[in-house]
Amino acid sequence: MNAPAQQSSDQREANDQRESDVWARLATVSDPELDESVAAMGFVDTIQIDATGEVQIGFRLPTYWCAPNFAFLMAHDMREAVESLSWVSTAIISLRDHCNAKEINHGVGAGLSFGDTFPGQTAAELDKLRATFRRKAFKRRQELLLRHLKGADMTPQQLCAMHMGELATLPLEDDEALNLRARYQEIRGEFGGPAGEGDLAFTTDSGEMLTPDGFGDYLQDLRRVRVNAEFNANLCRGILQTRYGETAEE
Amino acid sequence: MFKTSDGEEIFVIDAHIHLWDARPENQRNVHGAQFINCFHNYQKGLSPEEYHWSTEKFQYYGADILYEDVFVNGYADMAICQPTYLKEFYVNGFNTTEQNAVLRDKYPNQVLLNGAFDPRDGEPGLDALTELVEAYKVTGVKLYTAEWHGDSKGYKLTDPWARRYLEHAQGLGIKNVHVHKGPTILPLNRDAFDVADVDDAATDFPELNFIVDHVGLPRLDDFCWIATQETNVYGGLAVAAAFVHSRPRYFAEMMAELLFWVGEDKLLFASDYGIWQPKWLIEKFMAFEMPEDLKAETGVDLTLDVKRKILGLNAAKLYGIDIEAQKTKISAG
Repeated sequence: MNAPAQQSSDQREANDQRESDVWARLATVSDPELDESVAAMGFVDTIQIDATGEVQIGFRLPTYWCAPNFAFLMAHDMREAVESLSWVSTAIISLRDHCNAKEINHGVGAGLSFGDTFPGQTAAELDKLRATFRRKAFKRRQELLLRHLKGADMTPQQLCAMHMGELATLPLEDDEALNLRARYQEIRGEFGGPAGEGDLAFTTDSGEMLTPDGFGDYLQDLRRVRVNAEFNANLCRGILQTRYGETAEE
Repeated sequence: MFKTSDGEEIFVIDAHIHLWDARPENQRNVHGAQFINCFHNYQKGLSPEEYHWSTEKFQYYGADILYEDVFVNGYADMAICQPTYLKEFYVNGFNTTEQNAVLRDKYPNQVLLNGAFDPRDGEPGLDALTELVEAYKVTGVKLYTAEWHGDSKGYKLTDPWARRYLEHAQGLGIKNVHVHKGPTILPLNRDAFDVADVDDAATDFPELNFIVDHVGLPRLDDFCWIATQETNVYGGLAVAAAFVHSRPRYFAEMMAELLFWVGEDKLLFASDYGIWQPKWLIEKFMAFEMPEDLKAETGVDLTLDVKRKILGLNAAKLYGIDIEAQKTKISAG
């Protein structure tokens, strides 16, 4: 009796490991509109893994009407992220309780583009939409980090003149600050001009220099983007919880 | 009328109420069922528990309960009925001008009735709009740009037919255009919530006032920017106001943004009744104070004067209501 029990315990451990690998991959997939991960938002509620390496992922959104373009992007990105794990043969993504669930599940499952998933209903792919929200994500992440550093007694002069290399070596202590910096560094290369060690850490999304004089107004401008994103994320969490009675991670 | 603890009277106009019929026999399909479920989740998600309704009551509450909730217990002196037709989802429509007119006819001094149009109705719809304005004497319209219509899943205010309708509406004496952005619009690659078309329409129709429902949420950031540029763009506070209870800090942050960018003269209180009830919304809104850190950072405050504007004065201006005269009319019945 011992051997099979031992075996199943090993198997269980292996399965647990695989499941946490999948969660770790899902943590890298964002709801593009909110710039929050699909895992942290509580959108994913089931993961099933079989012996052949097939992973089934079930997810649902706060409403039946959530925008189909963002739902498609999340499903597409989840499939790609999970299939990047070496042991995964295929990831089957299944959205439910949504007005376009059937089309999205079919399209993502068959590897179709958005245009082929919704023939005749779209004029282009989703690149532009994704870029618009990625730009907002840049602004939000930058504002959060700037606000934090300002709160830690750094002056606008210091922040406007800081280089990427200095930012990377700032002695930050708490997890929150480390996380804010990592999230900003992750996106900085996409906006704000060159992002080498000697380049300015904080520039506008189009790469213009910040000045100490205009710093307050600039932050106020960015604040709008963050407040909007946080408001939406809160609303989504609240409605998801009401719809399914589960608590999403804050 | 809301009375402060000092006995000061605040005239209240609720800029967004509904009298809908979402009973199962009126639901055309699964979309109709999901639409009302979604609204109900908003109620349950953001209201204090004692204001949650049963499914049956939420599907249909009727004119008497509405009157009690909005005007007797809910402090509103006046309220604006904003129709949402949804004929693709509901056999007789969800909340039509005709349905709402019953309420207005019963309480003409307190209920303001708005109409609606859908630019995808083409030429015949223009005539129907003329008839609607003549029959119901409306001076405002509510547009739901994400409404499904045959194969179409929505429209933009910049569509050529939308412009024709706006021109026509203006010619018929319409002054106020309430715009609600929803989740589906074709082509699907676009951001359905994008408020940029309101910006263009507001520039092209300077005589019209554009009141953006839910202050543009989930695009509050873009809405703030547009309302800063366009003098005839206003924000309705439905949905946003409900956060005063469940998430007061976010409510504070959002109000600070709105007051900073949009300004105290361009925000309208709205309950979205029957999703939320004006009684608790107004009580909590009146009791709310802007946190010191946000006041210091943004330089704005939510004083009694600002609250008075948001709760009634701003809407009164848009709808040409003389508050003192209206009070007399209301108390005379």
